[in-house]
Amino acid sequence: MHQPQTVQEEKEVQSSAPAARLGRAIVLTSGKGGVGKTTTTANLGTALANRGARVVLVDADVGLRNLDIVLGLESRVKHHLLDVLEERVSLDEALVPGKHSESLFLLAAAQSREKDDVETAKMKALISSLRERFDYVLIDCPAGIELGFRNAVAGADEAIVICTPEVAAVRDVDRVVGLLGNRFRPQLVINRLRPNLVKKGKMLSVEDVNAILRLPLLGVIADEPEIIVTTNRGEPLALRKDTPTGAAYHAIAARVAGEDVPAPMPAPAKVTILERVGSLFGGKRA
Amino acid sequence: MIEFLKKLFGQSGSSATAKERLRLVLMTDHLELAPELIEAMKRDLVDVISRHVEVDRDKIEVNFERQDSALAMLANIPILSVNRPNPSLTLVPVPEPVASVQPPVAANGAPPNAAPPRVRKRRKRTSKKAAGTNAAPASATPASAAAN
Repeated sequence: MHQPQTVQEEKEVQSSAPAARLGRAIVLTSGKGGVGKTTTTANLGTALANRGARVVLVDADVGLRNLDIVLGLESRVKHHLLDVLEERVSLDEALVPGKHSESLFLLAAAQSREKDDVETAKMKALISSLRERFDYVLIDCPAGIELGFRNAVAGADEAIVICTPEVAAVRDVDRVVGLLGNRFRPQLVINRLRPNLVKKGKMLSVEDVNAILRLPLLGVIADEPEIIVTTNRGEPLALRKDTPTGAAYHAIAARVAGEDVPAPMPAPAKVTILERVGSLFGGKRA
Repeated sequence: MIEFLKKLFGQSGSSATAKERLRLVLMTDHLELAPELIEAMKRDLVDVISRHVEVDRDKIEVNFERQDSALAMLANIPILSVNRPNPSLTLVPVPEPVASVQPPVAANGAPPNAAPPRVRKRRKRTSKKAAGTNAAPASATPASAAAN
């Protein structure tokens, strides 16, 4: 071990020690609304917490609070982001513990306030203090590129962009990545891919999307009915590692954590002739 | 026949349409968001053309036009004067201080005798065919000039 030789050096070692333990603040953004930012935040957070990391999810979508619903925590939210920013309550009072994990917490957005009510500097300071307490601070960014976006991004040092294989979504992600610049080292999650449609040439493929965006790919999530079902119940699919989509979220979490696992890639479902005939008679797919 | 087979097997290929639309819309977006790029291009264009003729730098217009499946750059560069005939140049001189310069790309039959007071250059055609080659090289070699 290296022994500090001077008082000055000792001081430096001491002051740099907590900095080394700072967590990562990652903003999940997309520009366009409805591509799955909140669902991805909830699932990635759940998967990271499941790996043993201390995770806090910050809902930065002030005025349109949703992350609590996806996590099934809506009845437990007593205080919100602006209560903390405006120092009405302490951080500990506002953090809502997750239902299924002891290391997952939620900081809900204010529902009755507006995005412009958030002070960028205060938001930045809050994210900094969260980084001291958690391994991961995942910030669920609102749609758009206005002040709400800028506030959500302010305290982050990394970005995950969510894109669906649609012209409008890719265009908006392209714009957001341009706004983010290099500082956030944006990585890509492609959401709602329908492999069967891609196979038929009816949907942009992962390659098509990333030929344009040219971002490091974290993973691809298929458009599965079970995501809707689990969202209905407020139980993120990442809780069920045995499902393909749950496993995909876990693979993304592993990649975020720096593990060298392959990016999850949904394969087209093999439809048997029997199922095809069945679907002709109003098949029972959810 | 291939089209028919594609239709038969449900490969309508709307993803190809999406890809094409996306490519075009992003080109336009990126140009819109980078006015300095257009300024730099204008400067370079004028520098090249100025080697051969004197142009009115203040009145240059550069526009981009969406055509069916291509984006075209239209530059309107007023010419002030043309140098005395110089046999070492490929440019065929004209008596008036006006020249019509056409790049090789748009050699599809613009009237050779009409000598408008402005040069209309069309470049950076990126049609489906030219998609691989990207923009045309920025050579401003005058191909033809008005002959009396």
